[in-house]
Amino acid sequence: MEPAAENPVALKPVEVQHLSPSQLFWRRLRRQRIAAIGAIILAILYVMALLAGFVAPYHFERMDRQRFFHSPTWLQFRGGKLVVPRYKQVEGSFKYAPSHSDYQPIRFFVRGDKYKWLGLVPSNLHLFGTADPVNYPVYLLGTDQYGRDIFSRLLYGSQISLSIGLIGIALSFSFGMLIGGMAGYFGGWSDNAIMRLSELLMSIPGLYLIMALRMAFPPKLSSVQMYLLIVVILSFVRWAASARVIRGMALSIRERQFVLAARSLGQSNLRVIVKHLLPNTFSYVIVAATLSIPYYILGEVVLSFLNVGIQEPDASWGIMLNAAQNPGYLTDYPWLLAPGVAIFITVLAFNFLGDGLRDAVDTKNQ
Amino acid sequence: MWTFTLKRIIHLIPILLGVSLLTFLLMALTPGDYLTTLSTNPQISPAKVQELRMKFGLDKPWYVQYLFWLKNALTGDLGYSFAYKTSATGLIIGRLWNTFLLSFFATLIAWGMAVPLGIWAAVKKNSIVDRLCGLIAFVGLSIPEVLLALLALMFAYATRWFPVGGAQSPMYDTLEPMAQLLNRLHHLILPTLVLAASELAGIMRQMRSNLLDTLRAEYVTSARAKGLSEGWVVYKHALRNAINPLLTIFGYSLAGLLSGAFIVENIMAWPGLGRLTMEAFFAKDTNLVVASIVMATTLLVIGNFIADLLLAWSDPRIRLQ
Repeated sequence: MEPAAENPVALKPVEVQHLSPSQLFWRRLRRQRIAAIGAIILAILYVMALLAGFVAPYHFERMDRQRFFHSPTWLQFRGGKLVVPRYKQVEGSFKYAPSHSDYQPIRFFVRGDKYKWLGLVPSNLHLFGTADPVNYPVYLLGTDQYGRDIFSRLLYGSQISLSIGLIGIALSFSFGMLIGGMAGYFGGWSDNAIMRLSELLMSIPGLYLIMALRMAFPPKLSSVQMYLLIVVILSFVRWAASARVIRGMALSIRERQFVLAARSLGQSNLRVIVKHLLPNTFSYVIVAATLSIPYYILGEVVLSFLNVGIQEPDASWGIMLNAAQNPGYLTDYPWLLAPGVAIFITVLAFNFLGDGLRDAVDTKNQ
Repeated sequence: MWTFTLKRIIHLIPILLGVSLLTFLLMALTPGDYLTTLSTNPQISPAKVQELRMKFGLDKPWYVQYLFWLKNALTGDLGYSFAYKTSATGLIIGRLWNTFLLSFFATLIAWGMAVPLGIWAAVKKNSIVDRLCGLIAFVGLSIPEVLLALLALMFAYATRWFPVGGAQSPMYDTLEPMAQLLNRLHHLILPTLVLAASELAGIMRQMRSNLLDTLRAEYVTSARAKGLSEGWVVYKHALRNAINPLLTIFGYSLAGLLSGAFIVENIMAWPGLGRLTMEAFFAKDTNLVVASIVMATTLLVIGNFIADLLLAWSDPRIRLQ
């Protein structure tokens, strides 16, 4: 006979959950509301960057010679439809006034400038636009000094800014982990040499070192070369910091018994480092990597802003901000600062996510 | 304490040597030098260019150039600036002073505000003050210095309360000494505030978490248990121990400070080392670039040295190591 039938209360099995460290981590992470906000913002930004050609109403190089410094076009609801008014230039200035009676509805999935889906499939379909783009353009964030749509350029620029951080951490952390792991594991003269080198790199103020490295390459490069050069320089400056921390962790992990066990089973040194030692540093690496992504985004922005990075007519957040350097422009056309706001939102989202990850990894405060 | 100081000073030498060697090597890798730009000028004969090349030693291999440079640098001569046609040392000293002023006042303001705010947030944990400080910290950590500097420029231009860029007015030389000082201070305010604002958030967060950590320690509980007032417990017992890690942060934050100053100088036209580096960069003036980078590193290394001394002074365990 089932004992539960006699005394259901006393014999109800106590629920004991055995969770692995990674399950515990996910559980703690889900409790971090702020991390979730960061993750959602980032998901939206990355999707928009992937679909930049489709979401952007125009090509990033398209110039509207009738409308330099056009102010953002305000969309309105008229008769249940989203419409964009026609703007007329005020004589003798870069000011544009909307008309109250002359407008056109916003259409979705319109044909427009050609682009390539993910750089592969040619298309001309755009998320939104108007039937008459010449007279009724949609400039959500206005235009710049060449009459280019800032919203579209922002989206194309986000492809650079959002990818540079991921490639950067992949480079610098894989390098830093390998070097730091080996230095800590083997010790001796190689450890000494690596630590002295990293000390040297870290004693030069970041941007000065970046500029010195940048100077060793030709000033003008193709867009792809420039992009790669920026990532490599930024990662090279950054690997030392992570290598030092990983080395410190490796020093203590190598004394643990499972390392001894792996070695006595005859595993090669490289295998012990990659398979047993480095996975134990992952919780640090994930947090540190997320929190260092903004460094790469800001690095590209500063280099392009100072005219030694991505160059016109390519779209990048840094080169776009460069146009805002003229204080006269800034007060008259404040929408030129839109890339700055985009940087702020992106960096904030990464900081939210990184902070949440850190709290989820940290078991001290539980 | 003296042996500690001496040890740290000896430690500085290989770093400065390494940095100068590294920058020199990088410059040697640079395609073309100042004379390549000069040789495209049809008014200067190739013979003249060759003569200059000999004169500045640019025809020698880079390591010979380096040893030559090092010998001169030890006597205080950082080489000849091709672009400015004057000694690099003279150029750099003025710029170094400007960068130092900017960084010094920014540090003063940032720490002067961040430490009390961090303490306040930690003591009133989870209160509105704490949450507000947390929000400010997030915003401050995420706002790019480029944007902050541009906003400051916009503010200066729109209100006309502050000069738009530069370190002094064009009619500076005609002013009385007192007015000159005020003029310089007036120019200094905005760049300093921008730099300080970008530093503040990190320090505040660190101060808060340090103090919270020490407030959890057992000696704090025992201090409370023996009936000391809360103020005494926090300011006499916990705070003193919470300050130590902050001094380490001070050392680390200096590198960020100099990079921040680099950005602020270039956007707000503050004639410091960072701006000089960019000017020299575009003029392909290798000597000046090497000299500025070495000087910026020296500034950082000295800053770190001071941070180390402060730490050793406040924590005897470190100087006995």
